[in-house]
Amino acid sequence: MKKLYFSRKQLCIPYSVFLVLFVFIPMLLILVYAFTQEAADGSLYFSFDNFLNFFTNSSKLQTLGVSVTVSFITTFFCLIIAYPVAYILARSGWKHTYVLLMLFIMPMWLNFVLRITALRELLNIIGFLGKYDYVNTVIGMVYDFLPFMILPLYNSLQKLDQSLLEAANDLGAGDVHTFLHVTLPLSMPGILSGITMVFMPSMTNYVVSETLGNSNITILGKMIEEYFSTYDDMHMGSMIAIILLVIIFLTMLLSGGFKENADETSSRGANLW
Amino acid sequence: MEEQVKNKIIELIDVTKAYKDTVVIENINLYVKKGEFITFLGPSGCGKTTTLRMIAGFEMPTGGKVLLNGEDITHLPPNKRPVNTVFQRYALFPHLNVFENVAFGLKLKKVTNTYRNEAGDTYQKKEHLSKAEIAQKVKKALEIVDLEGFEKRSISTLSGGQQQRIAIARAIVNEPEILLLDEPLGALDLKMRKEMQLELKAMHEKLGITFIYVTHDQEEALTMSDTIVVMADGVIQQIGTPTDIYNEPKNVFVADFIGESNIFNATMIANRRVKFCGKTFDCVDDGFEKDELVDVVVRPEDIQMVAPEQGMLQAEVISVVFKGIHYQILAKVGKTEIEIQSTKQKAVGEKIGINIAPEEIHVMKKEFTVNRFDGSITKRNTMEFGDGEFECDVTQLYPNSHLDEDGYLITAKGEKLDLTDVEVNVEIGMNNITMTDKSEDGGAQGNIISMIYKGDHYRYIVRTENEEDYVLDSEDMWNENDYVGLIIPANKIKLTLKKPEDK
Amino acid sequence: MVNKRQAIKNGVSGVYLAIILLLIYAPILLLLFASFSSARIIGEGGTFSFEWYIRLFQSERVMGILLNTVLLAVIAATLSTVLGTMGAIGIFYSNKRTSALLQGANQIPVVNAEIVTALALAILFAAVTLQRTYFSLVVGHLVLCTPFVLISVIPKLKQMDNNLYEAALDLGASPTQALFRVVIPQIASGIVSGFMLSITLSLDDYIITSFTKPATFDTLSTYVYNAVKNESKSDLPLIRALSAIVFLIMIIVVVVLIVRSSRKEEQSR
Repeated sequence: MKKLYFSRKQLCIPYSVFLVLFVFIPMLLILVYAFTQEAADGSLYFSFDNFLNFFTNSSKLQTLGVSVTVSFITTFFCLIIAYPVAYILARSGWKHTYVLLMLFIMPMWLNFVLRITALRELLNIIGFLGKYDYVNTVIGMVYDFLPFMILPLYNSLQKLDQSLLEAANDLGAGDVHTFLHVTLPLSMPGILSGITMVFMPSMTNYVVSETLGNSNITILGKMIEEYFSTYDDMHMGSMIAIILLVIIFLTMLLSGGFKENADETSSRGANLW
Repeated sequence: MEEQVKNKIIELIDVTKAYKDTVVIENINLYVKKGEFITFLGPSGCGKTTTLRMIAGFEMPTGGKVLLNGEDITHLPPNKRPVNTVFQRYALFPHLNVFENVAFGLKLKKVTNTYRNEAGDTYQKKEHLSKAEIAQKVKKALEIVDLEGFEKRSISTLSGGQQQRIAIARAIVNEPEILLLDEPLGALDLKMRKEMQLELKAMHEKLGITFIYVTHDQEEALTMSDTIVVMADGVIQQIGTPTDIYNEPKNVFVADFIGESNIFNATMIANRRVKFCGKTFDCVDDGFEKDELVDVVVRPEDIQMVAPEQGMLQAEVISVVFKGIHYQILAKVGKTEIEIQSTKQKAVGEKIGINIAPEEIHVMKKEFTVNRFDGSITKRNTMEFGDGEFECDVTQLYPNSHLDEDGYLITAKGEKLDLTDVEVNVEIGMNNITMTDKSEDGGAQGNIISMIYKGDHYRYIVRTENEEDYVLDSEDMWNENDYVGLIIPANKIKLTLKKPEDK
Repeated sequence: MVNKRQAIKNGVSGVYLAIILLLIYAPILLLLFASFSSARIIGEGGTFSFEWYIRLFQSERVMGILLNTVLLAVIAATLSTVLGTMGAIGIFYSNKRTSALLQGANQIPVVNAEIVTALALAILFAAVTLQRTYFSLVVGHLVLCTPFVLISVIPKLKQMDNNLYEAALDLGASPTQALFRVVIPQIASGIVSGFMLSITLSLDDYIITSFTKPATFDTLSTYVYNAVKNESKSDLPLIRALSAIVFLIMIIVVVVLIVRSSRKEEQSR
């Protein structure tokens, strides 16, 4: 049959090519580099050394431990702080909560390095800087990622049907009971999506740990950067990246990030505009 | 139909349309005369909109040809066709105002103008229409649809009826040879719809161009059209004038779909003699064999009520509903219900006589007399056919045979046969299939896609997931789209071995 | 009684929000005040002065970096908006399998840790050219931004009445004309938010930038990060002034946005 007219489908060709060149191939390279070493003549050979090295080297395992711990604590505090904020904004019935929400989200538009620098100066004045590296790092992470927790929580709490709460009250449930048995379970998608959006960057955003932890805290992201720029060992760097990906994958699996809240995760920040 | 018709503006020749495996249009042949108002009528999913979209150029046929004024336009893109469409939900451009919407086509159009240069030679130039010309044409189009002065309005401020008119104006302003209308009145309320029907008809007369109209509303089709094309299941059922279609429906489907009708199971006793409701009537339709099973269609308004002793049939009135200009009377002859429309009032319980004039008895070939399937025998000696699996008696394939304990068939001569995967023809009478709500109890499952009242029973067509149709009769009332299981007693499944040439 | 309880609830809620907001804005406000002090280190005396602002605008280096940052953001956002919008339209009209595949691939950079994307790109460029150029930097930012353009545009395509495109063809538009005159205007709001989002993402980025930029090139993020790491005494006060300016611009943009959206709401009522 004769070709009818140019098809709109073909418009996706440039982006498909782009994705192959700059997303697929690079990710494939990471996989190849992680499981290879460079021979003296520059050729690559297959090797499990990086993998074994990572899990037998105590300083690397320590970094992994520090990363996971910092992420856990950061995520926990973000959730504790953000939930009441989101709850009040979504359910108080106040006027102009939209403007209030904007106030909470607005710092996201200030360049994040500038934001962390500002926090550093504050921590310096109150005498934390240089003393409590871990505390400072967690403060910085919470400060940086709080909006990522507030937004999904706010969205899921806002969608909550008021009549459900009234029904619970009507059935004799007290406020606490209603919260625990109705509000909290129904806002679970928001909580999970917030957790995924905070947990992962907390393991990798080394700008925060470097700036506020006085370069004494090494997280996975920093380690990758070191292997890349300081040691010039992309093979080990790739292996760490792969391990990081596995952790991300597991977190998403645990929080169901591939299912119902995939939309919210995918649009992190997209709903800002 | 074969004689040369002049002025065929559109002609479809053997047009077929299939998406992957599903055929939506099957071998359609029709032509549209220049200047006529033709309507494609049928239930949803019958292929009428697809046919229209192939004329517009939005869909390409998978087989056959579309001719415009005798020229093949099968693969011409829509923007190159002198055809404009009024869409079902109007498809007005929300980002443009009324003027810009109507002027959309005009601004794209190029016309050939002839000029004379200084030397006195003429030359031609393809040019866009001038702003003044466009404004003039838009104004005229808006006048035709009675919306003068609406140029600056934004689309979102218009009512449904106004949007409808703008959609029409946007199409006719391009002076198309053919105007396609895809259920354009579907979204309007009843009163508005009636008004627009008359207006469209008037517009058709005024503009003098061809209108091709798609609707599922038989009344709309009868009111407006010069010609009606009745479609069902991707096949043309009948083409004719509204009068023809109403008075001489070609088959039970058309009779049932257009207007009200009584449909009876009948038998031809002799030429022009047909028996139904236990009596033999004279009729005027030829071409049936003696003893042939046929359907008889009688319109409710063609039934005469007389005194009980003067009627061919004796009936008892079971319900009377006043419909304004007439009474709708339901009467029972034995077990058969008959619908009658009359200006005479009757009382419930009253005994009446019924007569039907020979020319009002429309005899039609029966489309289905038995269900036929290709089947094969499974390991368990059940039959797989028609998208299901049923218990059956495989011994009927070989006279005097029986099954042994292992499930092998032992023929009369004592031969042992393994029937697994043997292919057979399956026949099931329409009375032998019953439907059940518990779909899992049935050997096959499907949705009721059609129900036609036949006087004393309903005729249902149940279609399975893989598009196998079961035709069955039942006295029980079901609803269209019900999901049912089909039960067939093993002894009612008639099997015959496939002859080699059948394969 | 109920009202009193409600009042207490409201009061507690208000105080809580106020405290959190105060904590969020405290560092920024501190910088704002400090930027008007002549002291190099906050708290070490100093008098009110515009010194740092003047020096900031006199610093060719910092002004150059600002220009770089904005220019990069505009280039990256423009390119990713074009690429992403085309991709979104293409994906929307593709068959289910192609569309699912491409939308899945589009999610990879979104879900992925930025550092992994950055490393992957750096390895690619090292394998191909051995050196990083402005091109690799732009590509890095495109990988960062384009997925979000798709995420903004595809829902708009889904909302669009499919007959509009056909109506345009029916009225004589060629497929290209139909695309530009009907489809693009219909999805314009999605395209604009995709563009704005891209600008924000590009301006904000540190990790991908530092992995893909040429050695001598700096954006705001990399410049500030290095200045802070090296505790550069001459740069830090300038950065305060810079933060203050960026913060003010941001407030103006946000206020304009809020006013505009509330006006729109009023109009639609």
